[in-house]
Parts: sequence; structure tokens; C-alpha cells
Amino acid sequence: MAQGETTIVTRQRKKYMTNKYEPVIGLEIHVELNTKNKMFCRCSADYFGKEPNTHTCPVCLGLPGALPYTNKAAIEACIKIGLALNCFTPSLSRFERKNYFYPDLPKGYQISQYRWPLCVNGYLVLDNGQKIRINRAHQEEDTAKLMHRFGSQKSKVKSQNGTQIDFNRSGVPLVEIVTEPDFHNVEAVRDYAKKLQQLFRYLGVSNADMERGDMRLEANVSVRPEGSTDLPNYRVELKNINSFRFMVAAIEYEIKRQITALEKGEKISQETRGWDAEQKSTYLQRSKEEAHDYRYFPEPDLPELRIEESRVKSLESSLPELPWIKSKRFEEEYKLTSAQAKILTETKELADYFEQTVEHGKKHGVEAVQIANYIINKKVNIEETLPTQIIEEIKNKKVGIIDNEEELTKLAERAIKDNPKSVADYKAGKIPALQAITGGVMRLSSGKADVAKLRPILEKLLKQ
Amino acid sequence: MALTRDQVKHVAKLANLPLTEEEEVHYAKQLSQILDYVDQLEKADTKGVEPAFNVIPHFNVFQAGETQPSLSQDEALANASNKKDGYFVIKGVFEE
Amino acid sequence: MNITQLTLLETIKGLKENKFSEEELNKAYQQKIAELNPKLNAFLVTAEGSKGIPVAIKDIIITKNIPTTAGSKILEGFIPPFDATVVQKLKEQNIRVVGKTNCDEFAMGSSGENSAYGPTKNPWDLTKVPGGSSSGSAVAVAADLAVFSLGTDTGGSIRQPASLSGVVGLKPSYGRVSRYGVIALASSLDQIGPFTKSVADARQVLEWISGPDGYDPNCTNSEFSIFNFQFSMKDLRIGLPREYFGKGLDEGVEKVIKDAVKKIEELGAEIVEVQLPHTEYAIAAYYIVLPSEVSANLARFDGIRFGSSRKNFGAEVKRRIMLGTYTLSAGYFDDYFMKAAKVRTLIKQDFEKAFEKCDVIVGPASPTVAWNLGEKADDPLAMYFSDAYTIPANLAGIPGLCLPCGFSQGLPVGLQILGKYMDEETILNVGEIYEQATEWHKEKPPLSPAKERNI
Repeated sequence: MAQGETTIVTRQRKKYMTNKYEPVIGLEIHVELNTKNKMFCRCSADYFGKEPNTHTCPVCLGLPGALPYTNKAAIEACIKIGLALNCFTPSLSRFERKNYFYPDLPKGYQISQYRWPLCVNGYLVLDNGQKIRINRAHQEEDTAKLMHRFGSQKSKVKSQNGTQIDFNRSGVPLVEIVTEPDFHNVEAVRDYAKKLQQLFRYLGVSNADMERGDMRLEANVSVRPEGSTDLPNYRVELKNINSFRFMVAAIEYEIKRQITALEKGEKISQETRGWDAEQKSTYLQRSKEEAHDYRYFPEPDLPELRIEESRVKSLESSLPELPWIKSKRFEEEYKLTSAQAKILTETKELADYFEQTVEHGKKHGVEAVQIANYIINKKVNIEETLPTQIIEEIKNKKVGIIDNEEELTKLAERAIKDNPKSVADYKAGKIPALQAITGGVMRLSSGKADVAKLRPILEKLLKQ
Repeated sequence: MALTRDQVKHVAKLANLPLTEEEEVHYAKQLSQILDYVDQLEKADTKGVEPAFNVIPHFNVFQAGETQPSLSQDEALANASNKKDGYFVIKGVFEE
Repeated sequence: MNITQLTLLETIKGLKENKFSEEELNKAYQQKIAELNPKLNAFLVTAEGSKGIPVAIKDIIITKNIPTTAGSKILEGFIPPFDATVVQKLKEQNIRVVGKTNCDEFAMGSSGENSAYGPTKNPWDLTKVPGGSSSGSAVAVAADLAVFSLGTDTGGSIRQPASLSGVVGLKPSYGRVSRYGVIALASSLDQIGPFTKSVADARQVLEWISGPDGYDPNCTNSEFSIFNFQFSMKDLRIGLPREYFGKGLDEGVEKVIKDAVKKIEELGAEIVEVQLPHTEYAIAAYYIVLPSEVSANLARFDGIRFGSSRKNFGAEVKRRIMLGTYTLSAGYFDDYFMKAAKVRTLIKQDFEKAFEKCDVIVGPASPTVAWNLGEKADDPLAMYFSDAYTIPANLAGIPGLCLPCGFSQGLPVGLQILGKYMDEETILNVGEIYEQATEWHKEKPPLSPAKERNI
């Protein structure tokens, strides 16, 4: 997989390098938390698909006199996300008001964080080994939902006759994660976004469903002459992208658009652009002249947050094994390929299921690799199949099992050659090293080697 | 510090305040006077002083208790001048 | 017996002893309102009823199913779907909202003249302002149109009209009373408090309305309880701040205040001089912090969910929104908002140091007595200076009591007593002893223009 990635990267680079430009991309990801209550009131945050304006109160409706009251579960979820992304949690954090007018923003300001975010200075390592720096993860509240009824898709004014507003979503907890402009190709962007989605689900803090809008992506895209390390003096913000596919398409389009413009000697202006899925192009939403001046200042209605180190520690220890760590462990512990490990750790549920099955398999001499192959190849539905059933199937069917002594010997010889360290270990008396060599045979045989018959063969060969 | 009319216009736009020309002229003058007055804060020595955004001595105050019932749709919409089918309705807006 | 002249505690006692019924009580007040409100314009709306003890509520405080306008055209017709916490707490004590009182629009003003519904008149002289912004709440109590009332104090809006209208007004410590349901002026400064006919009444109302409610996170551990114990001025040190007796203080007012201080000394307290050196910066800091918060607090008035177009804001409201938007805008945050927040710390520290030397601080609540209607109408700075002695307490979050202590030019003068953060007990004790030793609180307004009385 990692190799595949590199190939794509190289191809991508080549494509743009002929133009002598390198893309510089930063990402902002918004994720809606699945807490019971909203961020600053005790309305239910479970609003999706409900009748309009039935999940509101004076607070999230922004009525005069209403005051916010912080939801602790949301704060903890935000810190957990930060910790999973290797962020630092400052001891002092504050909410601030982000001021702008828009009909979906009932108070005329969004309670957000700017100068004193909950989590700062993190990073995430991508499959290609690149370290993406994370500037911050901060807590804020969601806006209402606007529905433009009568207008056409293409016109910029979405509706001439009326826009409907549903405040059910208003005030639902939102975490924003902002990277440094560390991405230089779309594949890295895709990998990062997918990893974050996977993380949110592992942490159980969000369903992170793009189509429902649980997770939203914004990309800041610019290009610079290849070899330059300066940040370009402009950036184009791509907003309102509701799928990974559209995000990749929008960024690719934007990179091309900008390079073309630069090559023509044009100056690219700082602006916000949207993605038109029908036209397969980006379009101008807001130019720099209209840029916002958010006038952030500390939210006077809310006491500040002081996160004690002990609290951070206990939240850290409550984190589940993160997907990328689990995946590495699967490779080592179960001798899986990185591709197998990645597939089996895609969701926490699948990973747990796999490990349960492995545990069960031990009693029946069924190897982890066999189980991995079985689950992946048969696309096992983990909701419907019991781990014991899988072991039964593998044992009974023995489909394509290699139990031929000659063939097994050949495989064993190759595995011994491939694993000199394990062989040395075994010879030095470390009996468990035999597992590693067995794993090697399994990999070579795609899990089809008959372990019971393999063992004496291996032992015999190793004694020589 | 004197505010120009253009600055007043810009601020009015940020503040979403529709001002008449007369008001613009008037506020340019009055705001300048007030700003001149508050500028005396420059004289206060605040080196090394922590800001006080509020005076409360406590922190980490969180919601307690269960989810509460929301307003009914009728209650939520009761004071809206323009509503339809359970929604608040406004004139067309530019897509953000 | 004149029922409407009774204090709250006397009214409760009278009801308990069946000296009069709740019906009679309410009827007496209704008659009084019908008779005098057309002259005074203290109430914007009244609610008929015959049960409970009548309270007047400043129209900036939300009342369920009773129109609430905050003195603004923009909220004309707004009928809230909920009660402010303070209103709910009063209802639990058998208190009935008899009406909503006039005020400067969104509490922005010091004279009551900024109301979109016309000014409230001072019952001591109908040609004078009653002070603001809680103009109607002060006047409702001064003219016996309610047993007591609630106001809000962001920079003096309870204490200054109490002073100009000759009643008791209490601004509790910030965080003592929940702000939930009070239309925000400046969120870090606003407090709700009572106007009453006696200090003991103010103490009672504070006990009722204080305490956490789970809706204002800045109001926790805030319960105030009445303790009955013997109290003497002899144990007390009274601080006199030099800065509250300087330039700008009217001579007549100064004399009345100095007499009051002498009286307190005679009652056994020790008078000590204290310094509040950063007082001179208070108005400037306040007029940065307040408009900044205002610019955000009033952003929700967009005419979508309630209210009408933003063009319906009055002149002072627009002025402060503009000012605050400017001071927060790109490039100015550090010079204005941050600087003001630091000065706020200095002002808070001034009080902390002063309170090492004394138990309470006394001085004038207003530099002048009530002025003529229209006198400062188009001079915002002159209007702002009238809050010079009340603003520092809001910046520091400390409690302040204002009570009648004499007259100058035939108009009431109020004595301000400031206390340590969350120590309302001591300022109420000092006020009560002073009140019991004097007769000022028993004076009733003539309800006519002064010139008709040859003053």
C-alpha cells in the first residue's frame, strides 16, 4: 500500500513539476460531536432528520437574555481528539466570540476559540511517512441549517423567493482541526482526511458521516515555484465540500487553475471558492475585499477552562488503541502485510472481531494469517458471522489447504531464508521465534499452509 | 483619533447597521470624540498586568443534569415575522 | 394606613396579620399607577391581577407572555416564551409582576431619555430626569407605584437613578444573581438588583433572587442568606476615596455626602482615607469594554427569529455598536480591548488594596442631582461622566448600595456604599444602621415641577 502511494505521489509530482509548481495545501476539518446535549444548552443534539425547529431553546435560538452553559462531554471529546493527534493541552483555555452576520448564526456570533484553543501543536504521520503538523483542535458550536428552496443550482443567489432556516442544528458541538500548510499533493490530503474520519469513529466522538455533514472539509490551496520554501502570498479557500471525492476533484481543479493563471502571468487573488459538482469546477464565493473581520474577543458569559494535567493524563489513558498503532501491531503480532492490517483495522469493530477470532483460533491451531485471509477474501459480515463459525469453516473446509510435505518443505526453506533473525533467535533457544517463521510460511502460502504438518518440517529443517 | 466617513461606512458594514448619510457624518464626529477620550488609557502603565476579561474567581463550570425538553415548534416560531411550514423564512441570501 | 407607602417587609407583615388583603393591596397599587403613570411614564405595560405582592420589572428583564421591549422599537411586540430566573424566583415568593418599567434603550443611558417610548419623569421634579438606565424601576418605587422593583446595573444603572430619584438601590456582586433572561448589555458587567423603600427590603429581595440556577455559569456559589445578629458601626472602618471627591463633584452634593459621612462617624465607625488611583481611567476602560461587548450582544437582533430591522435601533445604541465594532476590528484589539482589560485589573486591584484598610467605601453615587430633561441629550461624553462614581464597581465586580442621605436644591442625593466582592452583608448593615438613624428615606416626592413649588 505504502508503495502504491509513492507511485501515485511521484506521478502527481511529475504532472505539476513539468510546470515547475508545487501545491501548498492546508486543511481545516470540522467534526460534529455525537454528545447527548448541545454545546451550550441542554437541548438534545440528536437533531438529524427531525422536524424543523423542534430541537431549540432560548439559548440555541439566540433569544434575548439566554446564556450559554458549557457541555463537559464535548470538551472532553475535543481534548481526546487533540491527544490522539499528539496535541498539547494548554492549562488555560477560553471561549471567544467570532463575530459575523449570517442568517444561520442566531446570536450574530459563534462561540468558538481563537487565541486560547483547547489543543495545540500536534501532528499526524501519513502512510507515506510524511508528518503533517496540526496547528490546533478547538471547540465551537454549529450553525443552523439554511435551505434554499426555489432557486436554481447554478445561480449564485440560491433562492430569490425565500430561504428557510431550521435551528435544530444550531449549537451542536463542533470541533475544528486545523493543519499547517504541509500537504503538497491530493493523495496526502485524502489519506489525512480518511485517517481523521477513522479516528473520530475509533474515539466514538462522531459518526463522521460526510454526507450527513457530520464531517466537513475546507482546504486552503495555493501553488509556489518548485524548490521555493516560502509560503505563497495568497491562498484560495475551498469550502462546502461534502465528500472525499469532491474534495480531491476540487483541489486538483484548483491547482490546475492556479498554475494556468500563474503561467499566464496573472496574479491570483485571495478568495473563497466553492465546488460545483455539475460543472466539475470551482467557482468564486467571496473575494478578499469582502473578507471577514471576525473581531474575536473572550466570551464574557463563560468562565475560563483550566485543564489540569491529571485530567489530561486520565483522558489520555482512556484513549482506545489508535487505528494506525493497531495496524502496526497487527503487522507485527499477527505477521500480516500492511495492506491486510490496514483493512482489518479500518473500523474498531472489525479489528476487535478479528482479534476475537484469532483468540478462538489459537485453541484450534488456526493461524492469524489464515483468519485474516478468510475475513478479507470472504468479505465476512461481522454482524452475522460468529468468530467460532469462521474457525469451524477454516478447519472443516480446508479449502485449498497445502498439506503436501514436499510443497511445505519448499515454503519452509524460503521462509527460513527470509527470516535469518528469527532463525538465529530460535537457534539461540528462543522457541517463540518459530511463530515468526511459521508466519512467514503463511504469508508465502497466503495462509493455506497446514500448520500442524508444517511444524515438524520446520523443526527438522532448523535443526540442520 | 479622527474617524473618516469611509471608516464609519466600513464599521457600519461590519456591524450590519444601515446608516443614513446624515448618521455617517454625525457618527464620524461623535465616535472620534469618544475615541479621543478613551485614548487616555495609553497613559496607564499596564506593563506586566494580566487582563481581566471578567471578574469571576471560578472556572470549569459545566452543564449538570439531563437533556431538557426543547421549545415546541410553535413556541420557537412565535415571534418570527416570516415563517412557513415550521421554518423561519428570509429573503434569498447569497450562498456562503 | 396608606398601603402603598409600606415597605416590602411591612407589606408582608400586614398581609400576614390580615391588616389588608392581597386584593386590597393590588387594587391600591393599580389605582396609584392609573393616577400617576400618565405623568411619570414609569411603566411601559401593566398586568392586571389581584394576587401576590406587586413588583415592577425593568423591561430589559424577560417575562413569559408579557411583552418585553428593553425600551427599544426593535423589540416592539416581542412576547418571550420564558421567564428570567429572577422573575421565576420572585414568583416562587408570591410576588406578582405588576408591570414592565421604562428604561433607556437596552439600558444604554444615564437619564432614561434614551427609551423609544418617551422619557420617565422624576417624581421630585417632573422637569428633571430620574436617572438611568433603570429609570422606570426607580420611579415606580419612589412614587409608590410598586412595593419594590428590579433593575439592572452595568455602570450604575441601579445606583445612579436610586440616587436621583431618592430610593434604595442595590447592585449585587457580579455573579451573585443569575443573569439568565436579562437582555445583555455588557455581559461581564451586568447585574440585577432591587429598588426598595428600605435597606432591609433590599436585603430581603437579594435573598430571594440570589443563588445559582444552572443557567448562568458565572453565577455559582452565590446564595445570599440573611443572618440575624447584633451589629454595630463601632467595629467598622469606613474608607473615603479621595478620587470620589474631586473635580466634577457638585458642591451641594458634596456637602450632603460629607454630612452623611459625619453621621456615620457619630454612629461609631472609624473613617479612614483610601486611594483608588486608577479611577481616572475607569470611564475610558468602561467605554471600550462595554461597547465591544454590546456590539456582539446586540448582533442577535436581526429581525429573523424575533424583533424587526436593525435600522430601528436608537441613536445611542447605534453609537455604541459602532464604537464597539471599531474597537474590536482588525488591528485595534490590543490597543483598545486588551488595554482596557488590563486597566480593569488595575481598578480591581485598587479596590483590593483599599479594602485592606477599610470594610466599606462610601462616597457619592452621582456627581450631581437630577438634571433637566434634554440637558445632555446630544452630548454623549457629558452623559458618560455622570457614571464616574458607579462604573468602577462594575469593572471590579464588587457590590454597591445607594440610599437616600439628603437633598440638594430640593432634589435627592444618594450615598453610595461599596463593599468587598461577595460581601453585600456589610454594606447592607452599614446602610441599615445609617437609615435607622436618619429620616431621609421617609421623604416622599411632591410629584410636580419644582418651579411650581418656588424652590
